[in-house]
Amino acid sequence: MDSFSKRILEDDSLTFAEKILNVKSVNRTALKAGDIAVVKVDMALAQDSTGPLAIKVFNEMGLKKVFDPKRIFLYLDHTYPPADEKVANLHKMVRDFCRQTGCTVIEGSISHQTIMEEQIVPGTLLMGADSHTNQAGALGAFATGIGSTEMAAIWASGKIWLRVPETLRVNVAGKFRKGVFGRDVIMRLIGQLGEDGANYKGLEWAGEAKSFSIDTRACICNNSVECGAKNSVFEYDKITESYLKRVGRKPEMIIKSGKDAEYAKEMDIDLNSLEPQVTLPEHVDRVKPLSEAEGVEVNEAFLGSTTNCRMEDLAIAAHMLKGRKVKPGTRLVITPSSRRVYLEAIMKGYVAIFMQAGATFTNSTCGACVGTHMGVLGENEVCISCSPRNYTGRMGALTAKVYLASPAAVVASAIEGRIADPGKYL
Amino acid sequence: MLMMLKGKAHKFGDFVNTDLIIPFRFKSRTNDPYELAKYAMYGIDPEFPKKVRKGNFIVAGENFGGGSSREQAPIAIKYCGIAAVIAESFARIFFRNAIAIGLPALEIPGITKEAKDGDALEIDLKEWTVKNLRTGRAFQAKKVSGFLEELQKAGGLVEYYRKNKRFPWE
Ligand code: SF4
Repeated sequence: MDSFSKRILEDDSLTFAEKILNVKSVNRTALKAGDIAVVKVDMALAQDSTGPLAIKVFNEMGLKKVFDPKRIFLYLDHTYPPADEKVANLHKMVRDFCRQTGCTVIEGSISHQTIMEEQIVPGTLLMGADSHTNQAGALGAFATGIGSTEMAAIWASGKIWLRVPETLRVNVAGKFRKGVFGRDVIMRLIGQLGEDGANYKGLEWAGEAKSFSIDTRACICNNSVECGAKNSVFEYDKITESYLKRVGRKPEMIIKSGKDAEYAKEMDIDLNSLEPQVTLPEHVDRVKPLSEAEGVEVNEAFLGSTTNCRMEDLAIAAHMLKGRKVKPGTRLVITPSSRRVYLEAIMKGYVAIFMQAGATFTNSTCGACVGTHMGVLGENEVCISCSPRNYTGRMGALTAKVYLASPAAVVASAIEGRIADPGKYL
Repeated sequence: MLMMLKGKAHKFGDFVNTDLIIPFRFKSRTNDPYELAKYAMYGIDPEFPKKVRKGNFIVAGENFGGGSSREQAPIAIKYCGIAAVIAESFARIFFRNAIAIGLPALEIPGITKEAKDGDALEIDLKEWTVKNLRTGRAFQAKKVSGFLEELQKAGGLVEYYRKNKRFPWE
């Protein structure tokens, strides 16, 4: 590490985002929030609906070589396996590109969960052609989303510009009540901030949030883009350390926010008074206590997406569904967030419980989360989902309605056929 | 790139997200910009592309382009004939993507009160100003500086790279 980076890391007046973007910058002059940094990218991800466009742009610029194929990952995950010929052709384009350039293609496992399980480490800078790239902040990385053209430029140059964000700190206090989860915490924050409340800003999680598991951190960091956050981070700690040990990796750099760092804003969330939350259809910030939507009949309950549906969520779902049945007339679609989660769910016997309950268990894909296959909604259908977005038309027909809630609330609603509080099934 | 644009405004409200601009199932199956353009603003008005004349503008409210990183959103807008988007504010990734693909995105707080659906507007891309030809009032959009301005002037990242054989940050 050079002396500039050392000085930056020891500077107590800087936030996590200010520190890491300085360390990764080619500018080599101390930058503060608001400045534009040109940064070296440690890892870049794209997926099957942003990657093909990035490949097209890469070719249009006449580029042939990528800066470092070992740092570039393309995931075939959104519509996997291909739901039709058009998708199959785009998947083929991605495979061919990876063969030519030496980049890695990963099939049938959603990018944000997989990169946490297999590739990313604390102290790295991840750029993703996908808005939920934020998720990797759960492991102490700086991770954010961009579009396809800029991704093509990263593939070629290994660099990109980033405005150093102001940071908003979220202080969590208290203990979870029964039936309340990390997902309710982030939903509450989105409700308070509004869908653009953290636009251009970074989030840092503090207080009791530091006791959250990696799965819960992943959910929170993923979903934080729904208030516009540029990145969202849990600092490296003992919990990160033991997760990394389990998956066999080591941090690249440990970066902690300075104790005198300046925050644009501080927010408090009190777990003691937090109830299960629900997001009403069409906008991600229409967040209310779940009790306000209880009783709404649902046609589909979707337990999937990278926002949730990790092992922690499936363990709760299996516990709730054991010996119970999904209400006839309601379909419960369970879509694991990665291949690893898929396999573990099989080994643990969860899948048998889900099948006996009458649920449908799919392979790992974005699927219903983006209305591309495996659980698309028809005209006027109603769905409760633990995916991140409830926008009009997101999961299918423009007239369909999507409510968002925690995985436990999704399962309780599947059992009753209408939106229900998970408390009594836990 | 033309520096003075004249055209009619199509007005939209606040929080137009990228799923509304183009749903995933249409944007994820092709790279052809003209095919994507057939679905521009589908979530609000599936007939929108038929109503656009080349060189028209979109005027919208807060946080235009929130949500997904899909660059197909600004592409669909651009290739259905829209020459610029003027909004109260833009979501982060949409704004970056607009610069990257060369779709002028002008941020003017208060614009939704100053322009009606169907108004004729004039945009000066050199000065980054918008004039409402009905009311005669003119507005300054927020400017970007440094190489972002160079990118805007070049008409996007591909054009910039083709001309200079390097990226602006190199
Ligand atoms: S599951 Fe949904 S949120 Fe996650 S990457 Fe896929 S589309 Fe995005």
